Amino acid sequence: MRAIIGLGLLLSIFAMTAPLHAASGASSTTILNVSYDPTRELYKDIDAAFAAQWKAQTAGSIVINQSHGGSGKQARSVIDGLEADVVTLALAYDIDEIADKAKLLPATWQKRLPNNSTPYYSTIVFLVRKGNPKGIHDWNDLVKPGVAVITPNPKSSGGARWNYLAAWGYATKTYGAAKAQDFVTKLYHNVPVLDSGARGSTTTFVQRGQGDVLLAWENEAYLATHEAGGDAFEIITPSVSILAEPPVAIVDKNVAKHGTATVAEAYLRFLYTPQGQEIVAKDFYRPRDPVVAAKYAAQFKPLQMFTIDRNFGGWQRAQKAHFADGGIFDQIFASAKN
Amino acid sequence: MGFTVFYLCVVVLIPLSAIFIKTAGLGFDQFIAVALSRRALLAYRLSFGAAAVAAAINSVFGLLVAWVLVRYDFAGKRIVSALVDLPFALPTAVAGIALTALYAPTGWIGGLLPVKVAFEPLGVVVALTFIGLPFVVRTVEPVLADLGHDVEEAAASLGAGRRQTFTRVILPAVAPALVTGFALAFARGVGEYGSVIFIAGNLPYRSEIAPLLIVQQLEQYNYAGATAIAATMLTASFAVLLAINLLQAWDRRRMAAL
Amino acid sequence: MSTREPRWLRWTLIVVALAFLIVNLALPLAAVFAGAFAKGLAAYRTAIVEHDAVAAMKLTLTVAAIAVPLNIVFGVAASWAVAKFDFPGKSILISLIDLPLSVSPVVSGLIYVLLFGLQGWGGEWLRDHDIKLIFAVPGIVLATMFVTFPFVARELIPLMLEQGRTDEEAARSLGASGWQTFARVTLPNIRWGLLYGVLLCNARAMGEFGAVSVVSGHIRGLTNTLPLHIEILYNEYNYVAAFAVASLLAGLALVTLVAKSALEWRFGDQIAGGGH
Repeated sequence: MRAIIGLGLLLSIFAMTAPLHAASGASSTTILNVSYDPTRELYKDIDAAFAAQWKAQTAGSIVINQSHGGSGKQARSVIDGLEADVVTLALAYDIDEIADKAKLLPATWQKRLPNNSTPYYSTIVFLVRKGNPKGIHDWNDLVKPGVAVITPNPKSSGGARWNYLAAWGYATKTYGAAKAQDFVTKLYHNVPVLDSGARGSTTTFVQRGQGDVLLAWENEAYLATHEAGGDAFEIITPSVSILAEPPVAIVDKNVAKHGTATVAEAYLRFLYTPQGQEIVAKDFYRPRDPVVAAKYAAQFKPLQMFTIDRNFGGWQRAQKAHFADGGIFDQIFASAKN
Repeated sequence: MGFTVFYLCVVVLIPLSAIFIKTAGLGFDQFIAVALSRRALLAYRLSFGAAAVAAAINSVFGLLVAWVLVRYDFAGKRIVSALVDLPFALPTAVAGIALTALYAPTGWIGGLLPVKVAFEPLGVVVALTFIGLPFVVRTVEPVLADLGHDVEEAAASLGAGRRQTFTRVILPAVAPALVTGFALAFARGVGEYGSVIFIAGNLPYRSEIAPLLIVQQLEQYNYAGATAIAATMLTASFAVLLAINLLQAWDRRRMAAL
Repeated sequence: MSTREPRWLRWTLIVVALAFLIVNLALPLAAVFAGAFAKGLAAYRTAIVEHDAVAAMKLTLTVAAIAVPLNIVFGVAASWAVAKFDFPGKSILISLIDLPLSVSPVVSGLIYVLLFGLQGWGGEWLRDHDIKLIFAVPGIVLATMFVTFPFVARELIPLMLEQGRTDEEAARSLGASGWQTFARVTLPNIRWGLLYGVLLCNARAMGEFGAVSVVSGHIRGLTNTLPLHIEILYNEYNYVAAFAVASLLAGLALVTLVAKSALEWRFGDQIAGGGH
């Protein structure tokens, strides 16, 4: 008995010494940025730079809280009541759902900021092992027999939908729309492990040594090679890929409740300034600003990019046709098992 | 008694009822399409099958470990005892990553084995065995510790051999705890997600577990579809747990009647 | 004499048990530590003294300190009811206590979202009264309580059933009140089972990931528990830091176990004298 009480006491002491999160000081404004997975470094730098600039301009201090997680999951949290002032997610479809399901911002949100509300963009590239032993240079190399492709499941990972659509777009362009499904089916037959998220796939490829090529966002391919020590992998930029646009938006109802509309707007606009763009490029996203882009030209190889709006009729249609239950992706695997 | 039921209601039953009420929002046809599709059925088979196999492995080795910990003295026993709780303390995702690192073809264990474990259904069993072990050990341990030497001495003085004492005296005494441990390990395995997704391979119709289907429904913002699969799993788990507990109650009555 | 196994059998059993534990438990732990120290001691230190990691650790301890005692009280009450009284539907009650175990962690978080989320039943009312349950600390505590709910009760039920009611009945016949019987007879009898239950409950409360992940909101430094912090580190390709924090969590669990060992040592004589 005394043992239990002792243990209980121990725990309570722990609890008491752990100060419950002190509310930020009354004079400072707090905003919450709900973002997706690998943007922590990016927004750490952005937040520090913006807070300094805000202080210089308005003499007010600002605290920016960050939340990171899978894009879809983060959007669901906002729908279910996580009071984000701004959202910075992986795909417009997730913010569309916030507008649609919770009506926290207007459906036309994407028109409110420049460049489709995407201050930075990326694309889908290939990561191969040093020396590129399987000679992979473009999408058509991925469907060859004996090539193992690692990519996450587009049904459980929002980011992976870009990978799938990039392959589909290439096939449509090269072989015509009628052959696209056949091409993508062949590609996914070459997938030995279908991780639930982008990080799972990267680990499977980089650390577990599975597969010959990893499909990844360009910024994540850089992050992964950086972490792995640099020279064990090569990034291959295909001839054509998809324009991956991770959008940002103000969540109108939440900023109205918190009285943070001005700060939130300034915060997102800051991403478009030369200073913001510089940070963006440093963290491996492609900048929109032509001056900054020119400066980092060596890092980002030029390639032809198609867009989700032009080639797939927007996210809502793409989602319905390809990733919904019984959609084309499900058919690919239904045929795979035979 | 009243408190027990009240707490149970507040913490377990009311929250769980949300699943069934949400599911009821689906039409019958939709429910069948989501929760009883061929793909879902195969996923249930993997989740329940792998959980049962893992729980069986844990019952054997868990009993052995508990026995060794309770009865024998050896150097480093404290450390071994502490190690048993590890699967609980380690976040499931970390466990999954660590296990995959070991069992992948490039890993310490995977490199030695003739069969492929990681990224195959077998990997699911490995992960669930890891997750479930403390349940068996920690349920059997107190009962074994409580089982004094006097009973065994009595059996021995009546001429029972060591094996007879074990099968006739010790095993029946720990059987309820062992079955409970099995049930807990099984129940935990069925729902496990975090550690499994890293090692399973997740190919539809082949190495895809049922909780992953729930996540996929959520990614489509289809809460009702997610709860439909959850409700199906929950009902099946509850049936299995109830069957085990009824069996135990029946066994107790039978023993008491003897 | 024949209540002991022969020496060779004893050692065989020990070796087999240890081999199983090494493959199943020690190697994964070693893999975690190997990952944690892959870039040396300095990188390890940086990872665990970082501000977010410390905040996550405090939150994890706070949550465990609230959820575990509540579940202890319930666990003792429930197993007492099950073991010492007869009533219809007992098996159903036991099965219901087990149920949270079989609920996928993903779902056990989801149920609170369905209940208290903005699109759920209580969400709008809560928002209008500015009460934050989910995506705040209370939600994390609730989800943790749900997940760790069965442990204490399930540890005690088989033990109390095995012990039967004779001791209590004897105490009652000697004129002890219900509370006295409980404190003087029942509790000493079950203390080891209770301790194991508490340890399991505590370890699980600190390590829980899935359910907490759904209700936490993942706000850095505010609602991230240690397991969530690990996930974030991992997701930004910071493997060393992720494993470092994971080893810290494993270390925390070991601290409670060391405390247990110390208690065993301190009260060892009582234990030897107690029991049956």
